[in-house]
Amino acid sequence: MKKILLFLVLLFMVTVPVIHSAQTHTVSISQIVEHPSLDAMRDGFKDRLKEAGFDVIYNEHIAQGNQATNIQIANQIKGENPDLVLTITTPSSQAVAQKIKDIPVLFTGVTDPVAAGLVKSLMLPGKNISGMTDMSPVLRQVELIKEFLPEVKTIGTIYNAGEANSIVLTNLLKEICKDFGIKVEEASVANSSGVYQAAKSLVGKCDAIYIPLDNTVVSGLEAAIKVCRQNKLPIFSADTDSVKRGTVAALAVDYYRMGLQTADMAARVLGGKAKPADMPVETLQNLRLFVNEKAAARMGVKIPRQVMERADEVIK
Amino acid sequence: MISLYAFMGAIEQGTAFGLMVLGVYLTFRVLDFPDLTVDGSLPLGAAVSAVTISNGYHPVAGMAMAVGAGFIAGAVTGILNTKFKILHLLASILTMISLYSINIRIMGRPNMTLLGEDTLIDQFIELSGLAPHFSTPILFAIISGLTLLTLIWFLKTSFGLAMLATGDNPKMITSLGVNRDMMIIFGVGLSNGMVALSGALVAQNQGAADVNMGIGTIIAGLASVIIGETLFGKPNVTRAMLAALLGSVVYRIAIALALGVRLGNFAFTPSDLNLVTAALVVVALVSPQIKSGLLKRRAA
Repeated sequence: MKKILLFLVLLFMVTVPVIHSAQTHTVSISQIVEHPSLDAMRDGFKDRLKEAGFDVIYNEHIAQGNQATNIQIANQIKGENPDLVLTITTPSSQAVAQKIKDIPVLFTGVTDPVAAGLVKSLMLPGKNISGMTDMSPVLRQVELIKEFLPEVKTIGTIYNAGEANSIVLTNLLKEICKDFGIKVEEASVANSSGVYQAAKSLVGKCDAIYIPLDNTVVSGLEAAIKVCRQNKLPIFSADTDSVKRGTVAALAVDYYRMGLQTADMAARVLGGKAKPADMPVETLQNLRLFVNEKAAARMGVKIPRQVMERADEVIK
Repeated sequence: MISLYAFMGAIEQGTAFGLMVLGVYLTFRVLDFPDLTVDGSLPLGAAVSAVTISNGYHPVAGMAMAVGAGFIAGAVTGILNTKFKILHLLASILTMISLYSINIRIMGRPNMTLLGEDTLIDQFIELSGLAPHFSTPILFAIISGLTLLTLIWFLKTSFGLAMLATGDNPKMITSLGVNRDMMIIFGVGLSNGMVALSGALVAQNQGAADVNMGIGTIIAGLASVIIGETLFGKPNVTRAMLAALLGSVVYRIAIALALGVRLGNFAFTPSDLNLVTAALVVVALVSPQIKSGLLKRRAA
């Protein structure tokens, strides 16, 4: 009898959490604009929560690049009163952080959450908001370029001076290159139609071009690839999608995986196991290496054997 | 379909952008000067106020400096147009694009946070003791209401009357000995001063000044002016300006409605937002014509 009772108690203890996680949750999403990397984060987030057995109703909002709408979305979400808010990109996270103080918020795809004012420190966010930074592994990217071109003296870079992320990344690139004794040649653009001219301005001034995670330049990437093909100048990117479009190689954050990891944080919040205040801001440890054989051949570089061996994907 | 938060948020946005709409009304309708400077002067106001507030100045001082900066930006457009004979649209585009670089210079970066800073909104919440979703719209309504009253008073002074006449009949005003160029420079400056003040409020509301926050400002401004005229009429300047301010609120309520459209089984996706918003604005614009059409048919 005692055993049966103990069994029942145990069964109760096991099933209660199951029942708990089977309840329906609502998650509101605020995203500034539609963009493959941002959409991949959203998809990864939704897929992983589904996998983990969460029954979630989503309210999805995309501001279509308009900051005024972005604030209205934050107010809209406040009215939806969800169990969790997911914010994708810096401006969307700032607007939600300003308007929502009592619902757990997780951000993703924010390069510098401290400079953006979202958290006081990466280790101890302190309020209702935490999340993931997509700080690009610039050091390891420069090391990768050096594997391809051991004699590299100057790296050219194209970025939009109006993107907060790009400024942070470019400053980081300059710092890292200084340590390696590499010169950085900069070209800035105001919109994606300026990429062609910016790439041309770098020809003859550098041994390779590095494209940081810059929304503007990545949208106009084909123009830079064209210039690099014509001038046998290897071009490296900071995202793997660009390798498919024709850059030589990239060691990058995989945005889909980033969405997965953000969802793991969300699962802890929705399951009542943690609060954003005590959740350190996370970075993606798992990087992906993509190489493009055809692009390397057209731009006159050999893919080192050790790079080839550890590549996650080789585009032929 | 639309929650209290979203509705109060629309009023808050509508009144904050209402100052910008008054500015657009002043150039577009009073001076007959299509001015695209606003896409740059809105983030200019945001940038100046963000820098001053985060350097420890009182938010009101930051806002006053934002107005001054906006006035200068508008005056530059006015000077390019009147003194250098550059077409008004082109002159304003030139100022607008240069403000992009200037705004990054002012902030030293493209995005400057105000989260955690002591903004006017925080001070007013503390002072009024009301919840943020009530106090913020009240604060913005007071600021835009006071600006509207000041503007109405100004347009009734002899200087203001001359400005009204500048857009209506430039030849007459010149023959009366009024310096038309000065009127344009001052008027476009005044307009952009209000736009910059609007930007300062928006930045405090958004939690950050961002160099890209001006995109689409002129569209929202013109849509608001026209919705206001359609719905609230324009028999005289006072009424027309009040209509412009209300038009801004209606425009934001329309967007709040568009955001509240339920997704899921319904075929709309978040990417349809611009389309839905535009459709709502078109409905607002067309409805009076349909109404008068129906009345005519009934009479016949």
